[in-house]
Amino acid sequence: MTPLTINRKPVEVLAEPDTPLLWVLRGELQLTGTKFGCGMALCGACAVHIDGEPTRSCVTPISAVGLREVTTIEGLSGPQVATLKAAWTDVDVVQCGYCQSGQLMAAAALLRQNPKPTDADIDAAMAGNICRCGTYPRIRAAIHQAAAMAAA
Amino acid sequence: MSTFPPTRGFGVGRMKTAGMLIAGGWLLAAGWVQAQPAAASAPATTLRSPSQFSSIADDKARSQALFVEAGKVIQHPRCLNCHPNGNRPLQGDGMQLHQPLVLRGKDGFGTTAMRCASCHGAQNFQATRSFSVPGNEHWHLAPLEMAWHGRALGEICKQLKDRSRNGGKTMDQIIDHMARDELVGWAWSPGAGRAPAPGTQKEFTDLIKAWADSGAHCPR
Repeated sequence: MTPLTINRKPVEVLAEPDTPLLWVLRGELQLTGTKFGCGMALCGACAVHIDGEPTRSCVTPISAVGLREVTTIEGLSGPQVATLKAAWTDVDVVQCGYCQSGQLMAAAALLRQNPKPTDADIDAAMAGNICRCGTYPRIRAAIHQAAAMAAA
Repeated sequence: MSTFPPTRGFGVGRMKTAGMLIAGGWLLAAGWVQAQPAAASAPATTLRSPSQFSSIADDKARSQALFVEAGKVIQHPRCLNCHPNGNRPLQGDGMQLHQPLVLRGKDGFGTTAMRCASCHGAQNFQATRSFSVPGNEHWHLAPLEMAWHGRALGEICKQLKDRSRNGGKTMDQIIDHMARDELVGWAWSPGAGRAPAPGTQKEFTDLIKAWADSGAHCPR
C-alpha cells in the first residue's frame, strides 16, 4: 500500500510503487477528470498539481509523490477557480474538451503565481498543453478575462 | 521501472494504446514530429585514458590533446542540450529544439507554471521500450554565460577557465563539478532513447584532471 494525499484527503492505494500516478487516479481512484493523452509528458492532458505545481501525472510514479499533496481537476479550488470557470464559459473556450482539464490546471497555477500574466507569460506557461481543436486564442483570452475579473 | 506494454491492471493498456493514437494525431497536427537530423559522423562511445597521451612530450600539446579528448563529452548532445546558446533547451541525439516549447525562466528551472519539474522527475521515466522522459532531481539549464552549443571547443575551454563565465569556480571546483555533480553524471545514464556520453564519468574526470595538471591549455 502506498499512502498519498489526493484532493486534501489521505488515501492508501494498492498499485505498485512504480505505477504512474495517472493510472492510479483514473483506475484505482476513479478520478477520471484527468485525461490520458500521450503517456510521455508531451501533451499536458494529464496535468495535476503536486504541491501546487503543474505536474504530468503520466510520467510520475506514485513512489515519487511521497507526502506531497496531489490536486486533480476534481479538487481544484481557490479564488482563481471561480473566475476561471466564469471566463471559460463566457469566452466559450471548449470545443471537444479532452484537453481542458490539463489546460485549466495549468491556467490555475499560472494565475495563482502570476495574477496579471502577459501574452508571453501565458504562452510560456501553456505551451505544453496541446489542444487538437486549436482553442489556443480562446484559452489565452479566457485567462486574461479571469485575471481581469479577479482584479476587479 | 514501468514497462511497455503495461503489465498491470485497470485496463490501462487499452487506454494507453488509444491515448497514444490520439496524441500521435495531435503531435502530427501540431507539426511536432520532426525528422531527426542525420549525424555527421558516428559519435564516440569510449574515451582514451590520460596515459595514452603520455607519448606527447610537449606539455602544451599534450594538454590540448587531453582537452580535445574530454571534448567528446563536453560537446556530446547530453551536455550541449542543456548548455544552449539561448533560452530554449535542445533535446535528443539530433539536438533539435525542445518540444514542447519551454524557456529557461529567471532561474534556469523554467517559467511560471511550466517548470522543468513539470515533466522531468527525480529519475528517468521509461514510457516505452525505446523512449524515456529524462529525469534528475536537479534538472535545469546551465546559465546563459555557460552556453556551449554552437561554440568551438577552444572557446568552450577558455570559457570553462574564465571565472566570470564559469560560476566563479576555481580549477579544483571545476574538476569537482565534473567528478561529482549528479546532473553531469546523468549524461552517462540517460535512459532509453538517447545515447550516453562516451566513456564513464570517472574517465572523463581523469582527463580533466590531467588537462589541468598539464597546464590547462586550450585547443585552438
